[in-house]
Amino acid sequence: MAPVLETRGLDKHFGGIVAADEVSLSIAKGARHALIGPNGAGKTTVVNLLTGVLRPTAGQILLDGRDITGLAPHERVRLGIARTFQINQLFADLTPIETLGLAISERLGLGSDWWRIVGSRSSVTDEIAELIERFRLGDVMCERTAILPYGKQRLLEIALAIACKPRVLLLDEPAAGVPEDERHEILSSVEALPKDVTVLLIEHDMDIIFSFADRISVLVNGSLFVEGDPDEVARDPRVRAVYLGEAFDA
Amino acid sequence: MLTILFDGVAYGMLLFVLACGLSVTLGLMNFVNLAHGSFAMAGGYVTVVLVNRWGVPFLLGLPLAFLAGAALGALFERTLYVHVYAKSHLDQVLFTIGLVFMSVAAVDYVMGSSQQFVNIPDVLQGQFNLFGVGVGRYRLMIIGLCGLLTIALQLILAKTRFGSRLRAAVDDQRVARGLGINVGAVFGLTFAFGSGLAALGGALGAEILGLDPIFPLKYLIYFLIVVTVGGTSSITGPFVASILLGIGDVAGKYYLPSLSSFVIYTIMIIMLLWRPQGLFARAASR
Amino acid sequence: MSAVPPENARPLAAEVAAFLTRRARWSPLEVVFWLVALASIWLFPQKHLILTEICIWGLFALSLDLILGYAGVISLGHAAFFGLGAYSAGLLAKYGWISEPALALVAAALIAAALGFITSFLVLRGSDLTRLMVTFGVALMLGEIANKFAGITGGADGLQGVEIKPLLGRFEFDLYGHTGYVYALVVLFVMFVIARRVVRSPFGLSLQAIRGNALRSAAVGIAVNWRLVAIYTLSAGYAGVAGAVLAQTQSFASLEMFSIERSADVLLILIIGGTGYLYGGLVGALIYRFLQDELSELTARYWQFWIGLILVAIVLTGRDRIGRWLAPVVRFADEIARWRPGRAASAGEGR
Repeated sequence: MAPVLETRGLDKHFGGIVAADEVSLSIAKGARHALIGPNGAGKTTVVNLLTGVLRPTAGQILLDGRDITGLAPHERVRLGIARTFQINQLFADLTPIETLGLAISERLGLGSDWWRIVGSRSSVTDEIAELIERFRLGDVMCERTAILPYGKQRLLEIALAIACKPRVLLLDEPAAGVPEDERHEILSSVEALPKDVTVLLIEHDMDIIFSFADRISVLVNGSLFVEGDPDEVARDPRVRAVYLGEAFDA
Repeated sequence: MLTILFDGVAYGMLLFVLACGLSVTLGLMNFVNLAHGSFAMAGGYVTVVLVNRWGVPFLLGLPLAFLAGAALGALFERTLYVHVYAKSHLDQVLFTIGLVFMSVAAVDYVMGSSQQFVNIPDVLQGQFNLFGVGVGRYRLMIIGLCGLLTIALQLILAKTRFGSRLRAAVDDQRVARGLGINVGAVFGLTFAFGSGLAALGGALGAEILGLDPIFPLKYLIYFLIVVTVGGTSSITGPFVASILLGIGDVAGKYYLPSLSSFVIYTIMIIMLLWRPQGLFARAASR
Repeated sequence: MSAVPPENARPLAAEVAAFLTRRARWSPLEVVFWLVALASIWLFPQKHLILTEICIWGLFALSLDLILGYAGVISLGHAAFFGLGAYSAGLLAKYGWISEPALALVAAALIAAALGFITSFLVLRGSDLTRLMVTFGVALMLGEIANKFAGITGGADGLQGVEIKPLLGRFEFDLYGHTGYVYALVVLFVMFVIARRVVRSPFGLSLQAIRGNALRSAAVGIAVNWRLVAIYTLSAGYAGVAGAVLAQTQSFASLEMFSIERSADVLLILIIGGTGYLYGGLVGALIYRFLQDELSELTARYWQFWIGLILVAIVLTGRDRIGRWLAPVVRFADEIARWRPGRAASAGEGR
C-alpha cells in the first residue's frame, strides 16, 4: 500500500548545525505513527519541514505521491496536512468560537468572503458547535483565549487542527505541560480521532506512545535511528541504551 | 569628480558619526529610536549658543557639544527610555515620535525657526588646491576628525573590556546577562555615548547639513538607511553604508540634480527588499 | 466520532451563531453616535469647516486602523495615499478630466488603491523597522515626484486653480463649507459602513488572526500574504478618499499632504482614539481637533509640543492600561443599551 506521507532523504542544516540528516519516513494511511527521541533530536524540526515552516536543505516530501516540498504552509493545509504546536500557538484575543470558525471557514473556502457576517452560515456554526461539544469547551467558548486555563487551551489547540479536517494530523507533544488530572481529556480526544485520519505523534510520555502507536520511529541527533512496531522498538537494546533505557531506569 | 568623491566621503563620515549611536541602540536593545536626530540637533544648537553667543572657540565647542549630548542622552535614558524597552515596536515608534515632536517644537520656541550657522574659525574656511583637486578645509577637518573617531571606536570595541561586554550584549543579551554582564549599565553608557556622538555630529554638521528645528525629521531617513543597510552587528557595516550614502547623495545631487533624492529612496527600497537584514548583517541562523 | 444527539447540538449551534452575529449588530451606542453626527449639520452650522476637517482626519485614521489595528502593519508613510488621492482629485478637477466630484472621488480612490496594491508587496517582507522605512520611503518618493513635476502639480506652491464643480450637478461647494460638510459626512458614513462589514466578515476575522499569530494563521490554511495585500490595498483606497475629500472641499492640494508630519499625525490620532474597534479614528480625530483648538489658544504654533507630550504620556502609561480603564465604561454603556425586560431570564439558559 502506498504511503500517504513520505519523506525522502530530508536534510536540514542551520549553518554548521545539522538538525535533520537524511530523514526518510514512510507513513501508511490510517497509521498511528509515533516519532520519539531524546530532547533536541530534531522531532519538531521534522514537523516544521513537513508543514512547510522550514525549507529543507535537501530531500523531498510527498503527500499521496505528490511532491509538496516547494509548497507554502497554507497550501499544504489545503491539501490535508494539519498540525498542533508543542507550545500553544493560538490567537490570544479571539474566542474559541471565533478560532474554530476561522479554520472551518477557510476549509470551506469562505475565508476570503469580505461581505457576509461571520456566523451567518449555519454550515460553519453547526460545525463549530459540534467541535465545541466534542472537546468540551462549552463553558469557555465565549471567553478570550488568553484567559483560558492551560488545559483548555491545549484542547483548543487540538480542536483547531481537527477543524481543518486533515487527512494527515501531526501532533507535537499534545499532552505537554498539561496537569495530570487534565491529561485524560487530551488523550481521549486523540484516541477518538477518526480511523481514516493518519496521525503522526511526537511524544515523550511512553504510556501514551505504547497505548496509541502502531508504529514507532526513533530520531537521534537528526537521523532516524530505529523504526518498527512498538514491541520491536521496546526490545531493541540500542534504543534502550540511547533513550528508553534512561526512562526505565529513572 | 574627485572633489565630489572628497565631498561625498566627508558627508558620509559625518553621517556615520551621527548615525552609529542609533545603530548600536538598535542592535543592543532592539529599540527603534526615531528621536536620535533630536540629540544631534541639540548638539548643533548648543554649539551655536556657545560659539556664536558666548565666544567659545569652535574646537572647544565640539567636545562640549559631545558632553551636552551625552548628558542629555543619559538623563533621558534613565528617566524615560528605560520604561519603554520592553514595549512593542509600535509603542517605541510612538514614544520616540512624541519626543521628536516635543524637541522640534521646543527648539522652535527657544531658538526660532530659521536656519542657524555656526561661526567657523577662519583657518577652516575656504579651500586649497591639492593636485588640482579643490579641497575644502572644513570638510578635510571632518574627514580627519571623524576618521580618528571611527578608529577610536573600533579600538574601544575590539580592545577594551567594555567593548567586549558591549559586543557580547549585542550578540545575545540573555547569555550576556547570564555571564554577569550588567546589560542595563552597558546600555545606559552606550546610549549616552551614542547621543554624545550624535550631538558632536550635529555640531560638525551645522555647516554642511543645515541646522533648523526640523533637522531630526529631515535627516531621519538617512540615519535609518545607514542603520538598516549597514546592519547592527558591527562598526564597519554602518561605516561603509554611510560612505556609500554620502558619496551617492553628493554625486546624485551633482549629476542628476532633479532626481537625486528619488534615486536614493529607490535604492533604499530595493536594498531593503533584497536584504531585509542589511548588507552586512551576520547570516541569520534561522 | 462522538455521538451527539441532534437535539443537544441544536441549541448550542444556535448559541454559537447568536454569539457571532451579536457582534455584527449595530449597538444603540453606535446609532446614537451617527444620529448626533447627522444632527450636527443643523446643530452647529458655524462649525462646519472644522467638522469637515474632523471627518477627513477620521476617515484617514480609519484607513490606518484597517492595516494597523486589524492586520498589525505599522506604517509611517500612509500620507502617501492621502496625498495621492488629494492630488488626483485636484488634477481631475483642474484639467476637467472628470468634473463631477463624486465620480472624481471614486477615481481618486482607485488610483490610491492601485498604488497601495503595488506597494503592498514591499511591506510583506522584513521586520517592523524595514516596513517602517519602506512606507516612509514611499511617501518621501511621492512627495519628491510631486515636487519635481511642478509644472503639473504646482510644486512647493501647491496645486492652484482648482475649481470644483457642483456635486451631482446641483450642490455647489460654498465658502462656508455647508455642502462640503454634508459631502464629507456622507462619504465618511458610507465608507464606515463598508469597513464595518469587511471587519465583521470572515476576511476581517482572518486579519485579526494574522495580527495575533501569523504562524498559526498559515497553519490553518490562511494565505497570509494575499490577505495583507488585500487589506493594504483597501486601506490605501480609503486614505485616498480622505485626501480627495480634502482637495475637493478646499479646492487645494499641497506637498505637505505627503509629509512625515501628516503620517505621524494620523498615527497619533488613531492611537489617541484606540486601535482595532473602528471608531478609534473618529474618536481620535474629535479629540485631536479639540485639543488643537484648545492648545493653540494657549501656545499658538507650538501646540505640537503638547501633542508630543500626550503621545509620550500615552505610551508610558500603557495603551492597554488605558483601554482597561475605559473598558468598564464601555461595558456599562453596553449593558444599559442591551437591557430589555425579560432578557435576564433568557441569558441564563443554554450555558
